[in-house]
Amino acid sequence: MDTITNLLSITMGAILVNNFIFSQFLGCCPFLGVSKKVDTAVGMGIAVTFVMGLASAVCYVVDVFVLGRFGLDYMQTVAFILVIAALVQFIEMFLQKSMPGLYTALGIYLPLITTNCAVLGVVLLNVQNNYNFIESVVYGITGGLGFLLAIVLFASIRERLVFADYPKAFEGFPIALVTAGLMALAFMGFSGLKVW
Amino acid sequence: MNLGKQFKEGLLTNNPVLVQVLGMCSTMAITTSFFNGMGMGISVLVILTLSNVIIAAIRKIIPDKIRIAMFIVVIAGFVTCVDLLIQAFVPALSESLGVFIPLIVVNCIILGRAEAFSYKNGVVASFWDGIFQGIGYTAVLLVMCIIREFLGAGTFGGGILGADGAGIRILPEQFPMGMLTLPVGGFLVLACLIALMQWALSKSKDKEESK
Repeated sequence: MDTITNLLSITMGAILVNNFIFSQFLGCCPFLGVSKKVDTAVGMGIAVTFVMGLASAVCYVVDVFVLGRFGLDYMQTVAFILVIAALVQFIEMFLQKSMPGLYTALGIYLPLITTNCAVLGVVLLNVQNNYNFIESVVYGITGGLGFLLAIVLFASIRERLVFADYPKAFEGFPIALVTAGLMALAFMGFSGLKVW
Repeated sequence: MNLGKQFKEGLLTNNPVLVQVLGMCSTMAITTSFFNGMGMGISVLVILTLSNVIIAAIRKIIPDKIRIAMFIVVIAGFVTCVDLLIQAFVPALSESLGVFIPLIVVNCIILGRAEAFSYKNGVVASFWDGIFQGIGYTAVLLVMCIIREFLGAGTFGGGILGADGAGIRILPEQFPMGMLTLPVGGFLVLACLIALMQWALSKSKDKEESK
């Protein structure tokens, strides 16, 4: 029972309360860069969720069985980024072979996941919080779902910004940031949600 | 390469944060106190300069296809060094920046400069590019820290100045808007700064055209 409540609290935390984008600022670059259309935003969100879940699992294994065993803890950053880069490359090849439709839809954004700080961030946070294997994977996947939620909401708002009236200097990034700021304000409302 | 021009580009016309819009995550996340901004800015400056120099030095022997992976390994190596140095000598900074120091690895500014500049230019030019882009980044961080700290907490120089590093109080305690030290403030302050920059750039462009 304890594990279930624990996992539930991790889930709620990662999706709503401590949303990766709105309260931890991880993954802002793709969030702002790939949110001009809802379709690409959905694709990006799903890809990131997948990579985050997989990276959490693989990096946990690498951390415990390779780095921990040989006392190489100080190599964490280098090892993790290499694992993530390899994973992304692998997924790219896999998608190209088996799901060419999704592959062309994601296009350039797929390799860019390597430099998404949400992915490296979730792996480092797993280590920092001393999560075990299941907790790490759950945190990775739900963190990705939080990212998906945020980017889809943001993209749908951004599509409507075209019709909005704002000062010319705010064109492009600034108005998007203001929108994101207001959304972050809304997400702060979830911080009271500490049921468990 | 003209040093004065490079300096102006790094600080203003091609500022990494305000014009190239790179490295947003760290810019918004850690600019809550002067001390954090200073520490982060200097770390990035050092890492950017070192990785620029190394990448420029080995640019001719890097195969084109795996260059991104090579860049990341070089950057990750320097980030690990800086991370360990900070943990050893400035533990307070390591505590308050937390996961954002190792995350410098995926800071788009460093990878962006490697790809756009040091992969194509010589060692000396890349060195100065690292220094000036780093200064541009640090300057933006400090401006954001000062604005957010002043309006959000009513203090100046938090983490370094004042009793217990609480900063020098400028506004009485009941006036500041605490909202600005929260994530919301990061988004809003950065939005205003970029808007200001776009306005200034379009102004100076208009002036040049009318001449």
